[in-house]
Amino acid sequence: MRDGALKVKELVDTHSAVASPKRPQRYAEKVRWSTLLALPFAGVAALCLHWFAAANEAPAEALLYTYFLSGFLVAALIAIAVQPIWSGLRSWMRDSSPLITAAVVCLVVWEIVTSVLRLLPLPYFPGPAAVLSSLVNDSGVLFDSTWHSLVLLLGGYTLGVVVGLVSGICIGWFPYARYWGMPILKIVGPIPATAWIPLAMVLSPSAMFSAIGLIALAVWFPVTMLTASGISNTRASYLDVARTLGAKRSYLIFNVAIPAAMPSIFIGLFMGLGASFLTLVVAETVGVKSGLGWYVSWAQGWAEYGKVYAALLIMAAFFSTIMTALFKLRDHVLAWQKGVIKW
Amino acid sequence: MVATFVSGVAKEGSSLDVVNVTKDFAAQDRTNQRTLALDGVSFSVGAGEFVSIIGPSACGKSTLLRLIAGLDFPSSGELRVGTEVITGAHAERGLVFQDPNLFPWLTVRRNIRSGLVALGVAREKNHEVDDFIRLVGLEGFANVYPHHLSGGMAQRVALARALITHPKVLLLDEPLGALDAFTRMQMQDEVLRLWQARLTTMLLITHDIDEAIYMSDRILIMTPRPGRIDRVISLDMERPRDRSHPDFLRLRSEILQLLDFGRR
Repeated sequence: MRDGALKVKELVDTHSAVASPKRPQRYAEKVRWSTLLALPFAGVAALCLHWFAAANEAPAEALLYTYFLSGFLVAALIAIAVQPIWSGLRSWMRDSSPLITAAVVCLVVWEIVTSVLRLLPLPYFPGPAAVLSSLVNDSGVLFDSTWHSLVLLLGGYTLGVVVGLVSGICIGWFPYARYWGMPILKIVGPIPATAWIPLAMVLSPSAMFSAIGLIALAVWFPVTMLTASGISNTRASYLDVARTLGAKRSYLIFNVAIPAAMPSIFIGLFMGLGASFLTLVVAETVGVKSGLGWYVSWAQGWAEYGKVYAALLIMAAFFSTIMTALFKLRDHVLAWQKGVIKW
Repeated sequence: MVATFVSGVAKEGSSLDVVNVTKDFAAQDRTNQRTLALDGVSFSVGAGEFVSIIGPSACGKSTLLRLIAGLDFPSSGELRVGTEVITGAHAERGLVFQDPNLFPWLTVRRNIRSGLVALGVAREKNHEVDDFIRLVGLEGFANVYPHHLSGGMAQRVALARALITHPKVLLLDEPLGALDAFTRMQMQDEVLRLWQARLTTMLLITHDIDEAIYMSDRILIMTPRPGRIDRVISLDMERPRDRSHPDFLRLRSEILQLLDFGRR
């Protein structure tokens, strides 16, 4: 309860600091004690509750979770001790500690609902301690699965993006390519890539290849669509200016139309990435005998739900890391848009 | 008339001939009629001359400029630069619009440089980029993206970008039309300075009679629907011109009369 109150107060404070023009300068220098202390306070609360709940958990799992929470508490205390002399850490803590505190509060609620009160049926809903133990004990297999997923995802995504960019640029620029390409795009594109699985299984020599092909297909459609529309919507006056500067067709395509289409192309890349995650997991569940999607359905087959949640956690971290990487790339490529549009 | 020669300037300009040019467009409605935008337009501009075209909206001024730029083709008639017939866009005919149309993904320096890149001579002539940045007085802004620039600054970049390929003819389609009155007068001097430095042949489209009188050697007055050259006025006033000189004012009211805006 106290955590919640702290958090709300913090949010209100941050908000008012943003709203008032005078405060941010001073505010940027220091971190409020309530912000700092929220972290160890949440850690201590979680540990207390865990000692209470440990009786209902397997001893090994309970011990591991104790180590985890203690480690968090120690890290929080060290961070508080170090922040006065490390400004980068200080500003990071000011931004992130409300969120981290909230995450710890979620762990506490989770443990209350599962291990303490046993409101949810087992084995489908294990407590945080059981999931952590699955994560640690099966880390070898999970790492291996993540690696396989990464290879499949990057292979399929790269292929889809390359083919999508080429076909999108052609459809967007050449009327002839648009005439013949658009109908194909409009008919084949909207079919979810996963609907091709039966055909892919028959056609392809290996599950790996068919999965890469399906992911590429899923990525190809949005990338082509948005690249083509970006290219064909290039402001005519940019092209006119370039022509009067003596530009040949290659300059018009590569130095005018493509940069002008970049914002649209990136929307296609993001949509394609979302589609690739979905297709990856389905392909791994159905055909490929490795990867995180396969791991989830395999663990579910053995009713090891701790492992299922562990794999979901890894998946979340894995996918959001890749998403973040794409955001970084966009920030770099579209740096010229800063100040033009709100990101 | 060729402009007064300042000693030591580059003479980059080339003459321009427009011979009996007609341009019609398909009408927007479903009738098979065609709209005549230009009807038998003929005029010549001497090498290094500064000519303005004024006329009411929709009199085909911009269409004419697009034909000269080579972005569009006449229905009949011929356009020539020097002795060569215009068959398409070329770096020898630069174009500056009312909207500067800077490439927003390139910095000021790279925008100015883009003409050299398009011609494939960026490496050999890279040193000229700095000369042109200095020429339009944007030394401190070379690495800034266009959206940080004011309207006047952006238009200077557009001028530098159009001039870096050393065009023989510079076509100006109301380039100062979107600027406030003070910036506009300042930019008029700027354009005149750029013109006098290289004697590029200049063809300026404008709505502003003062601007036309202040800047040009000759003024062509166009009438609309279909667009025709109605009158040619030669100016032999001293430069720099005094906007409040009696001759200036007399000419101004004369042109207003011709355009039917005079006191009746």
